[in-house]
Amino acid sequence: MSQDTIYFFWDCLQYLINGIAQGSLYAIVALGYTMVYGIIRLVNFAHGEFLMLGAFCGYFALKMNLPMPVAIIASMLGAGIVALIVERALYRPIRNEGRIPALITAIGASLFFQYTGQLIFGADPKTVPPVFTEVIFNFGEINVSNIQVFIFILTLFILLFLWWLTRFTKIGVAMRATSYNLKAAELMGINTNRIIAFTFFLGASLSGLAGILMGYTMSVEPMMGMSLGLKAFVAAVVGGIGVIPGAALGGFILGIAENMIAGVYKSSFRDGVSFFILILILLIKPSGILGKNVKEKV
Amino acid sequence: MSVEILEVKSINTYYGNIHAVKNVSFSVNRGEIVTILGSNGAGKTTTLHTISGLLKPTTGQILYSGKNIDQLPAHKITALGLAQSPEGRQIFANLTIKENLDMGAYLRSDKAGIKTDFDFVYALFPKLLDRKNQLAQTLSGGEQQMLAIARAYMSKPNLLLLDEPSLGIAPILVSTIFRAITEINKLGMTILLVEQNANLALKISHRAYVLTNGEVTLSGEARDLLNNPEIKKAYLGH
Repeated sequence: MSQDTIYFFWDCLQYLINGIAQGSLYAIVALGYTMVYGIIRLVNFAHGEFLMLGAFCGYFALKMNLPMPVAIIASMLGAGIVALIVERALYRPIRNEGRIPALITAIGASLFFQYTGQLIFGADPKTVPPVFTEVIFNFGEINVSNIQVFIFILTLFILLFLWWLTRFTKIGVAMRATSYNLKAAELMGINTNRIIAFTFFLGASLSGLAGILMGYTMSVEPMMGMSLGLKAFVAAVVGGIGVIPGAALGGFILGIAENMIAGVYKSSFRDGVSFFILILILLIKPSGILGKNVKEKV
Repeated sequence: MSVEILEVKSINTYYGNIHAVKNVSFSVNRGEIVTILGSNGAGKTTTLHTISGLLKPTTGQILYSGKNIDQLPAHKITALGLAQSPEGRQIFANLTIKENLDMGAYLRSDKAGIKTDFDFVYALFPKLLDRKNQLAQTLSGGEQQMLAIARAYMSKPNLLLLDEPSLGIAPILVSTIFRAITEINKLGMTILLVEQNANLALKISHRAYVLTNGEVTLSGEARDLLNNPEIKKAYLGH
């Protein structure tokens, strides 16, 4: 093997590591996307804005010299509470009016938060004060930062938590029941409005978490939710929308593919490759990699 | 405590634009099995949905144990002790059989009582016990019906509404299901049954009402209706 080939191999491994770290963030956002879709079949285009608002909550918490765990909780709570308000005020009144009105409402909410965000916070990106030092571990020619490891482990923990929640807790099983048949769930005595609100809160708090982590590694700005929200949506569809492990898988696939293509070929193809994968999946298996072909309920 | 557990007083309900239930009144006494007979589209399911809160009546009153329930959301009505096994089973196919039953007991927290009722429904329908950890979608139509009834039973209601338990089910399973209904009733649970299968339903019921085009056209003791020439002609095929 020539020297070049060996370096190429190391490079690819580095892109893979970076891809997994970035994919973790996509996965966390996609999980919320897919949970909300799963329960009321709503593509919540404002999901990315929950992320942005969560990121700002965390940013202000860190600005006030609060420790990182507090900032993370502030991000999650902030995003979650905004989601509760949006669900109650905008989505619930039109829940039975069909999908298109809900979709338009979601797009409207998304634009509202993007531009109100610019009005209030200003359009310039803000750097999050560094609260913990980045440590780089070297393994041969590859570098892994402690933040990357943290994000990856956090994602695995979230997946484990969601699995536990939906399998072994009453509210989790009720979420699955409501997502399958809302009226029947209501007949069981399940307050389905509350279950739906809880799902929004949970999904949005995850996006808020991703928001502060992303803000920490890059910056915080009012439009940050747009591209990440879109990527997370693609990840959720690629993995099979409504399926929790699918969202995580889709997130990792996208993160790895983007970093690979950017590293090996051209970085301008970074965003393109996600949508290329989306088109490919929609052609081959429209229900997504882990999605099941379910009949449309009538 | 009054004799009537349920009093339906001149309710009118629209299903979309269709005036599906017209001025319907009837009552169910504690301990009874009461059947609402009627053909397809007579308004039976709409009537049940109006009682369980999935639909709201435009006029009229529904009293459950003397309490007005016609404007309550469905989950609050269930909490009062009124459970429905809906038409077409509507089980949670993505949940296991045990999880479906857990959802039936969603509002309860009496662990010992829940355990007793699990044992009871498993004894009533042993097939459910054999397959308790399988997904409900793997059950046959008849077994799904058993699950739907068992699931409604798990909330330990005072009044159990059963919507067409014989619909689309193999005859052998139908008789199992009707035997189970009688058994549940013998334990003291009041049952309001909606059926097209007049012969079977009238044989296990105390009283019945006949619904035609959204209106109550006949009512009486079940055994009298079994011999009623009109019923014979319309529902019993002879």
